[in-house]
Amino acid sequence: MKHRRNLVILGILLGLALAVVCLYLFVPLKGNIQYILRLRTLKVLAITLTGAAIAYATIVFQTITNNRILTPSIIGMDAVYQLFQTALVFLWGSTTLQFVDKQINFALTVALMIGFALVLYRVLFRKDGTNLHFLLLVGIVMGTLFGSLTTFLQVLIDPNEYSGLQTRLFASVSRVNSDLLLFGGGITIPVMLYGLRHVRALDAIALGRDHAINLGVDYGPVVRRMLIIVAVLMAASTALVGPITFLGLLVANASYHMLDTYRRGPLIAAAIALSTIFLVGAQLVMERVFAYSTPISVIVNFVGGIYFLYLVLKERAAW
Amino acid sequence: MKRSLLIPVLSAALVLLTAASLFVGVTDVRLSGLFRLDDDQVMVLLTSRVPRTAAIILAGVGMGVAGLIMQQLSRNKFVSPTTSGTDDSARLGILVAMILFGSASTMQKMILALLFALAGTYLFMLILDRIKFKDAVFIPLVGLMFGNIVSSITTFFAYRYDLLQAVTTWLQGNFALVIKGRYELLYLAVPAVLAAYVYANKFTIAGMGEDFAINLGVNYKRVVNIGLALVSLVSAVVILTVGMLPFLGLIIPNLVSMFQGDHLRRNLPLTALVGAVFLLACDIVGRLIIFPYEVPIGLTVGVIGSAMFLYLLWKGQRTSEA
Repeated sequence: MKHRRNLVILGILLGLALAVVCLYLFVPLKGNIQYILRLRTLKVLAITLTGAAIAYATIVFQTITNNRILTPSIIGMDAVYQLFQTALVFLWGSTTLQFVDKQINFALTVALMIGFALVLYRVLFRKDGTNLHFLLLVGIVMGTLFGSLTTFLQVLIDPNEYSGLQTRLFASVSRVNSDLLLFGGGITIPVMLYGLRHVRALDAIALGRDHAINLGVDYGPVVRRMLIIVAVLMAASTALVGPITFLGLLVANASYHMLDTYRRGPLIAAAIALSTIFLVGAQLVMERVFAYSTPISVIVNFVGGIYFLYLVLKERAAW
Repeated sequence: MKRSLLIPVLSAALVLLTAASLFVGVTDVRLSGLFRLDDDQVMVLLTSRVPRTAAIILAGVGMGVAGLIMQQLSRNKFVSPTTSGTDDSARLGILVAMILFGSASTMQKMILALLFALAGTYLFMLILDRIKFKDAVFIPLVGLMFGNIVSSITTFFAYRYDLLQAVTTWLQGNFALVIKGRYELLYLAVPAVLAAYVYANKFTIAGMGEDFAINLGVNYKRVVNIGLALVSLVSAVVILTVGMLPFLGLIIPNLVSMFQGDHLRRNLPLTALVGAVFLLACDIVGRLIIFPYEVPIGLTVGVIGSAMFLYLLWKGQRTSEA
């Protein structure tokens, strides 16, 4: 029974995701059809890729840390992104964001974020220990440090320059081009596929460190590998469209609520479908209703947050 | 360091730093000349130095204590006092004040924002009241979701009116703007902290979960609501008068419980002291480092705090492993 219900829900979610994607691609279809379709496909692919990477990374991260309110951004990766972009504008003005080659900016951002995470892991896991609590605290400290530097710089920046920076600090697919998409996909997809090999080990890790070891999971190495996967996914998706980490929290928790299972495979699938629905839907609303006047993350947070509260409240009625 | 020594040492540091904070600044005010001050010096002391020092101590104590209670209630070490959506509601209040009441005085804007923050907290408690608690994770989780909904509304309007940078500026921690007539809201934190101490044991019990608390004869929902109300009141007045202060609400309670265990009532005074001493020290450094100008507290707290906490965390980990 439980199994069938989960399958049905998963099916509905995937169907909905597909429907939203089609709606975005084909409605309305007039004017230079070839051009429109190419543009929209590019955007939809970028959105889906980002959404998938974030959903995947968040569920893995929450499983490892055994904490449902954390997102990978807690170890300070978003803060690295924001500091880097702010520093660029602060040092050379907002025009650099236009003139610096997009690919170079992308590559630099990814390299910085992954580099930061690896240094953090390396320092912390130098001994055989895998003290996650310690890792998270150090991550928060580093993130706060970068965050206060960023705020400091932002207050000093000339207001006109700031508006140039502002567009970089909100997630947006409008700056994605096909080369970037290729880079992004080339990084994230193989990494996600590789991570799937450990998905069963994750089920055991969800029970806690001691149980996992008892069940024969090689705890330390698996966790370290998964943390690197999380870092790569977060770096690539943030560099591609900008920070939207709240989305991960949202879809991960929504999928825990919808599916009655502890298996990470279906949960990840549901979260990916949900994030596609939310992101593509938000992009649709942003383009066709608000005429680009509002950042996509605003719509995602507003609608998604209300939806989540609804889910939580509804559960009470069922009890 | 032994526990019996910790409190006296910290108290002594607090007294010393308070004195230093009163006498550091461009206008020369000396302890030896305290009884022979001219009018200028009296004015500087009363409108700037005393308010500033009081604000720092209040903010340090308040945020540390608020963070500790919040973490105890939700049994989650990664929850900060602003997780209940308080600061998001306060931001919305500031934005509304800027858009609709641009000509109002700063104090009026602050009061409006405070009302928003309290209304937001009340709404949050209403939502919490309606959900079935399965475990303690729901308090911060619902808080995060709620806060993000509110902040998406803020961003939506701030983006249209091009006020994002203005809001950021307002909320950047800054004690230089704390002068007489701008900080008095902070005194609201005093009764809140005292109440927190009275309720400390009940918060501990509530943190063990709804069933357990009821078993022990504690009215779970009421205690949680009281705790949340105290936490929000404190963090709202701090954010509005001083701005965001990183670390205080999150890391200081963590550090204290890392070295001293999880006894809430015993940790409260310690956390309060550590918070105040830390903030005072950071502020004095910020005032001296490019004297006669000063560096915003957010930056000094960020930099000094990171270095110090990394060192302490490192050391703490070593000793716990040995």
